[in-house]
Amino acid sequence: MTGKKVLIPLGAVIGLVLLAVLFFQVAGLHYFVLIILPYICGAIFFAGLIYRVIRWAQSPVPFHIPTVCGQEKSLPWIKQDKLGSPSNWLQVTGRMLMEIFLFRSLFRNSKVEHAPEARLVYGGNRWLWLGGLAFHVSLFIILFRHLRFFTEPVFAPVLWMSDLDGLLQLAIPTLFITDIIILIALIYLFTRRVVFAQVRFISLPSDYLALFLIMGVAISGVLMRSVFKVDLTYVKELAMSIIRFDPVVSGAIGLPFFIHIILACTLIAYFPFSKMMHAAGILFSPTRNLLNNSRMKRHINPWNHPVRVHTYAEYEDEFRNQMKKVGLPVETDETGSK
Amino acid sequence: MADKKLTPEDIAGIKYSPAERDWMDPTVEFKKGTYVYSAPLKDQQMLQLPNPRQWNPLDEDWKLPENWKQIILEAMKDRMDKFRSWKLFLDICVRCGACADKCHFFIGSGDPKNMPVMRAELLRSVYRKYFTAGGKVFGRLGGARELDEKVIKEWYYYFYQCTECRRCSVYCPYGIDTCEITMMGRELLNAVGCSNEWVVSPASNCFRTGNHLGVPPHAMKQSLESAADDVFAVTGIRVDVPINRKGAEILFVTPSADYFATPAWYTLMGYLMLFHEIGLDYTFSTYASEGGNFGLFHSADIAKSLNSKIYAEAKRLGVKWILGGECGHMWRVMHQYMDTFNGTADFLEQPVSPLTGARFENAASTRMVHICEFTADLIHNHKLKLDPSRNNKWKVTFHDSCNPARSMGLLDEPRYIINNTCNYFYEMPENTIRERTFCCGGGAGLGSDENMEMRLRGGYPRANAVKYVQEKHGVNVLACICAIDKAVFPPLLEYWVPGVETAGVHELVGNALIMQGEKTRETDLRGDPLNNVGKNEGGTNVV
Amino acid sequence: MYDSGKVILGVAVFLCLASFPAWYNVITSKADYRPDPVIVVSDNQCIESTQYMREYHMQLLKEWRDDAVRNGKTIYTASDNKTYEINLTGTCLKCHSNKTEFCDTCHDFSGVSPNCWDCHNIPKSGK
Repeated sequence: MTGKKVLIPLGAVIGLVLLAVLFFQVAGLHYFVLIILPYICGAIFFAGLIYRVIRWAQSPVPFHIPTVCGQEKSLPWIKQDKLGSPSNWLQVTGRMLMEIFLFRSLFRNSKVEHAPEARLVYGGNRWLWLGGLAFHVSLFIILFRHLRFFTEPVFAPVLWMSDLDGLLQLAIPTLFITDIIILIALIYLFTRRVVFAQVRFISLPSDYLALFLIMGVAISGVLMRSVFKVDLTYVKELAMSIIRFDPVVSGAIGLPFFIHIILACTLIAYFPFSKMMHAAGILFSPTRNLLNNSRMKRHINPWNHPVRVHTYAEYEDEFRNQMKKVGLPVETDETGSK
Repeated sequence: MADKKLTPEDIAGIKYSPAERDWMDPTVEFKKGTYVYSAPLKDQQMLQLPNPRQWNPLDEDWKLPENWKQIILEAMKDRMDKFRSWKLFLDICVRCGACADKCHFFIGSGDPKNMPVMRAELLRSVYRKYFTAGGKVFGRLGGARELDEKVIKEWYYYFYQCTECRRCSVYCPYGIDTCEITMMGRELLNAVGCSNEWVVSPASNCFRTGNHLGVPPHAMKQSLESAADDVFAVTGIRVDVPINRKGAEILFVTPSADYFATPAWYTLMGYLMLFHEIGLDYTFSTYASEGGNFGLFHSADIAKSLNSKIYAEAKRLGVKWILGGECGHMWRVMHQYMDTFNGTADFLEQPVSPLTGARFENAASTRMVHICEFTADLIHNHKLKLDPSRNNKWKVTFHDSCNPARSMGLLDEPRYIINNTCNYFYEMPENTIRERTFCCGGGAGLGSDENMEMRLRGGYPRANAVKYVQEKHGVNVLACICAIDKAVFPPLLEYWVPGVETAGVHELVGNALIMQGEKTRETDLRGDPLNNVGKNEGGTNVV
Repeated sequence: MYDSGKVILGVAVFLCLASFPAWYNVITSKADYRPDPVIVVSDNQCIESTQYMREYHMQLLKEWRDDAVRNGKTIYTASDNKTYEINLTGTCLKCHSNKTEFCDTCHDFSGVSPNCWDCHNIPKSGK
């Protein structure tokens, strides 16, 4: 069962690699892979992303449903938890930034275990937080480092970041720390999906597909840097020509780059239609991005349609006699007022 | 109840490592004690629910309407267009599994489909099949599955094994809230006429009589007066019980369980004593005689319908603002839904405490104040004379009810009150309180007797934490601010933690409150003798 | 669309950031720059093919370093069986003598900063 869920996506990614080899062999297809494919996939990425975001935005947030994780703003002498229960714009921005950059909710993660004498304990379980954060931060730095292929002269902070990332001066050419971390993090994220029974149970083929695609891109990138070299000058000339919309292939670029670019293009084209949209989705999450101020300020539901109600008059009509008998005040003396 | 008695060892034997199997094949077995009964026809009719019929979850044939599939898919589309939360939560889950062992039903049952992520996947798989290209093309490989009658049965089983407590949402890195998933899942089931008795019957009662228990106005009056008699017996003071009184300053709304069931009854006595002592100008209402709102557990429309009575009655009676009693999901509605449903409340005034002059800025628009906010302010401003030693027989712990905690953030007010009315207060372990609190296992319409095994399982994590403070500190009462808690905990604690009672916070207030002209108290509000170990010398715990 | 202000703002900010290279290059107006390394003295042919040298010179230099410094090897046999003395100054820098006009053109272009010159002196002509 799990075998199939893992092997099919793995096969798909291996298939993409073989496809890259095939495309590399046929000279007539180089233009397609190096120029047309990036344009198509880039277009799918941007159009898809905007489409998905607008699709979400087309549905309203009818009710004010923040998940409150701390003391509300209440009486002045009670200390409010400003991040857990934000009541103004600044505080909720803080809450969102903490979620986006530090994965604050995931930091709370715990693991239920049985202790002796039938006690349940909830130990801290921060590995997922650490692995997830390591993966995302590395990914961000790696993407940022790639700007050296897209800016001329190279944007200075990119060089600083590369220097910092290569600080350990491991091997020649320098191995980037983030390259190592992202591979370790990816291996961890994959391993926990197959090893931990709970996560194995819930994992779908698409979860593995995303992991394998990213792994493929990362591994091909690291290998290209360290082992199977390609001509970086031509790569950058290609990249620059693509972003100035005047595409040319100025020289021979090797197979490793074909593998890297085909996997990367597949990844970005798949992105808007995959779970990776959580990157944009977190910003839309009404349990996180709303202020806990629903008693202070009315939240408007645009489709707040009228519903059938049982009015006081109808109620009194049914119970008038009993009410009068026990001396409860009534609006009208006789039934039939409606 | 299960045939074999459930033991802590049974729970301790749960491995939380689900066996390898494909969850996409719907499997559901309606075992005695683990599912809820279907709604009676008469109540479906009272609320004019769609496709009303008498049916039974145990039946092979659920008598779904002929075009049930179309109804479900249209309802899904409709909800996606109306609720961004739902649309978003169907899309962005990465199945990281952080929510998995946060659910009390998963902890108590080990059933993998009780992992919050799975509860949502039961819906997502159908969503993918009919609404996404990936699901249509790749089918099962794309995480998609066919909608068939078994899926409906599975939904009914698992969406009524979620108490909408929102604990998983606290831990989810994207804030995915299974409560929203369950709410929508139930709306889909409603559309084909599959709803549950313990939700629909109270809602139907509430629609007609104004309260879940179906108490007619004269009976409510008798009941409140009998609470006043009980107060007289304890204090020697005859308190007034104003009902449907026009021109009162404040409308007081509380769950109907308060005036019909113990231990909520003692909380009611606490309210009556407090209001008398401070001379509050208030009134009960028989039309709006329910604070709770089981409509919330059914659909947004029924919730709105039942909730409409509160503002309508406040307007009719001409009060200035509304005060609400101890209740959990009631406060989810009052805090997060009421103003949206039935506002604007511009016929009311911004709430100001008549005694302390405190303005409740946090209720500026809704104009409804929580009794714990109100009382904490009174205590803080020294408006109450309290003798905490009258609660000395209680070693208190406090259970944060799900909704006031995670939908409102009412955490420190009740603790402040307890610390000022009791001498012995002990917190449960930090992973089980405040925003991480565990549900009682009987919320959101699951508190029925036929569901007892699931209640015991779902309530186990909470009970287990209570047991810990019982053993460590000798805790013998669980204070809470939720009417469902007060109904669910007594049997739950008796089963798992014998010796721990359940009490409302305002029962503790009532005990400690020194009333002007009261006789020497010989008993607490329960009629149990006070074991007074000398008058308290201001030795209250400090907050 | 609901919250259209915020959504449009968010999408706009995202597009601005994502298109950073495009407008950065417009500002610098160097988008069509191509490095043109200068070789001062030319034997017409380097020790290996141009394509190989473009891709693997770093590896080759590393091998030479190990061979010369650690293994005491002084002769390199190229793939066409010609032999060369393993000597940075005598062999490589004979032709590639100007660091600024040769090495740096591509290194700066692709944003790499090899640590060769942390230890080695830069030939005078190339300063």
